[in-house]
Amino acid sequence: MSRITESFNNLKSQGRKALIPYVTAGDPEPKVTVPLMHALVESGADIIELGVPFSDPMADGPVIQLACERALLHGTRLIDVLDMVAEFRQTNQTTPVVLMGYLNPIEVMGYAAFADKAKAVGLDGVLTVDLPPEEAHEFNRLMKASDIDVIYLLAPTTEPARVEKICAAGSGYVYYVSVKGVTGSASLDVAEVAEKLNIIRQHTDMPVGVGFGIRDDASARAISEVADGVIVGSVLVNKVAELAGNQALIPEAVAAITASMRQAMDK
Amino acid sequence: MPTKEDLAIAKQMPDAGGHFGQFGGRYVSETLMAALQQLEQTYEKLWRDPQFQAEFDRDLAHYVGRPSPLYHAERLSRELGGAQIYLKREDLNHTGAHKVNNTIGQALLAKFTGKPRVSAETGAGQHGVASATVAARLGLECTVYMGEEDIRRQALNVYRMKLLGAEVVSVKSGTRTLKDAMNEAMRDWVTNVDNTFYIIGTAAGPHPYPKLVRDFQSIIGREARQQCLTQTGKLPDVLIACVGGGSNAIGLFHPFIEDADVRMVGVEAGGYGIETGQHAAPLSAGSRPGVLHGNRTSLMSDEGGQVIGTHSVSAGLDYPGVGPEHAYLKEIGRAEYTAINDDEALHAFRHLTLTEGIMPALESSHAVAEAMKMAPTMDKDQIIVVNLSGRGDKDIHTVAEIDGINF
Ligand SMILES: Cc1ncc(COP(=O)(O)O)c(C=O)c1O
Repeated sequence: MSRITESFNNLKSQGRKALIPYVTAGDPEPKVTVPLMHALVESGADIIELGVPFSDPMADGPVIQLACERALLHGTRLIDVLDMVAEFRQTNQTTPVVLMGYLNPIEVMGYAAFADKAKAVGLDGVLTVDLPPEEAHEFNRLMKASDIDVIYLLAPTTEPARVEKICAAGSGYVYYVSVKGVTGSASLDVAEVAEKLNIIRQHTDMPVGVGFGIRDDASARAISEVADGVIVGSVLVNKVAELAGNQALIPEAVAAITASMRQAMDK
Repeated sequence: MPTKEDLAIAKQMPDAGGHFGQFGGRYVSETLMAALQQLEQTYEKLWRDPQFQAEFDRDLAHYVGRPSPLYHAERLSRELGGAQIYLKREDLNHTGAHKVNNTIGQALLAKFTGKPRVSAETGAGQHGVASATVAARLGLECTVYMGEEDIRRQALNVYRMKLLGAEVVSVKSGTRTLKDAMNEAMRDWVTNVDNTFYIIGTAAGPHPYPKLVRDFQSIIGREARQQCLTQTGKLPDVLIACVGGGSNAIGLFHPFIEDADVRMVGVEAGGYGIETGQHAAPLSAGSRPGVLHGNRTSLMSDEGGQVIGTHSVSAGLDYPGVGPEHAYLKEIGRAEYTAINDDEALHAFRHLTLTEGIMPALESSHAVAEAMKMAPTMDKDQIIVVNLSGRGDKDIHTVAEIDGINF
């Protein structure tokens, strides 16, 4: 069983939901990321989504665009992000880590080389925003062979028939994008999300994480009532940006946000 | 050399998934998948619909002013002393470039799908102007994304778009050019997918865009083929077109794909020179395959997969990728790609203006420059057709600046 599946199973038996923070690797500097990951785990994160910086983050709003720019300023490449996962694994063997990003860095590294390295560093999953299952046959095969879960997005615009196809291609969990828009955009409508999750659950037994538009304790709690996982990104990345000039404070300050969400979710 | 069978296959590309061999496809975030599937269905239905075809043809004739002439540049040809150069005068189209062929087609699709708003990205501003133009005509709301750097160097077109009622959004991220405008246009589309038709400006992007843009632009090659036969009694020996994303080039090339004796030469922007790394010529530089803006193609990206900043004097060619069909035509050996540097393009701009009284766009000047290189190496009875994709009015500011003249 993959570390991701195990994590969701454990949570389920405790009657809790997964808190899944997203941070961009290397933002604002590479040395911040691993301590930040540990701090997130201590604050109650169950799975960590680590963003791979990309020059053209087409699905992201300004907050994560700027995070990518900061990270790239210090030359954080995919290979460096994988090294960060290895460093994180030296002291944490239980918390799943998922890379989230765009295809081109993986394309250039080569699917096979990426799969090998990902397995070697102890990565658990990969979510490639611009790689729909239709284009992912070879990618899926190689990831599966390396025991890496491939996580796919579902959108408000995804037709029910397609939900089934996407869920069949993926593993670990599926990521429901709660709003039409880029990361960090409009706030979500919980009732609408709940309705969509009902449809999704008719097509899969996999856990469903919900992201985009979760910005505070209240929205985290509301989503935790309907989803299996709560994915939160831009508010955390915003805090990183605020403290870019005072990096020592970043892990604690960001973890304070997730700790508070954790509490709200567990109430 | 590709065989007759290879060419027959090439002519039928893309496959059902939008692939041209290993290139093309549909690499987008899930939110856009439904819209692209819908667009594909709408397009496949309408493109075969005689009524749609009739409306498209009527607009091209009476609104755009087609057919555009195929003009024998006799003085230029005589001076160069070799092949006869013919110019396909897309510069004479309404709005001044080939871009309008495509926006007319996509606006018709928008009309049939009932979307009240269109969006577009633009580099040189020609596609933005052509989009704003069709939007004005159909009473659609129009937003155009343009890099801050391009807004500066194509100020005239920015004002034209505003006069046409479009909102021009300045894109300040990344390299502040066409690539970043395209990112922003995709973000807009993800956000407004329910009410917006995204009018892509070149034969790139996710399937079905490369195909439908090619089909709309293929009027260029169909006309040129017939005009050349009528005027000279034979097919051209060489076709030359500049390649940004590749829409004017594929429009000229596609109807000739199975004419194996007709050479096709795509001209990319060599910028300061391929060897300097400061260019926008992925095919000429041999860039590896990559994925950007929804398709797999030859892409300028570094060892880590980050897209590299480009340079060209011409905003419309200043793009790190290329339409997937060109990457494919290069791979199978059907088309050749080469690069022309900024200074060569500027020279051609002046030279065509002085010898023929035709002022080409800086983009098109790249194709003219290549023809000027090639013609003297050919026989006098050979024929080169150059796609004069647009007129140079929009670039007078840039050229004047280089001359140290400030208006
Ligand atoms: C006159 C002209 N020619 C060529 C191009 C390049 O585009 P494409 O390669 O799609 O023809 C542009 C783009 O702005 C243009 O304005």
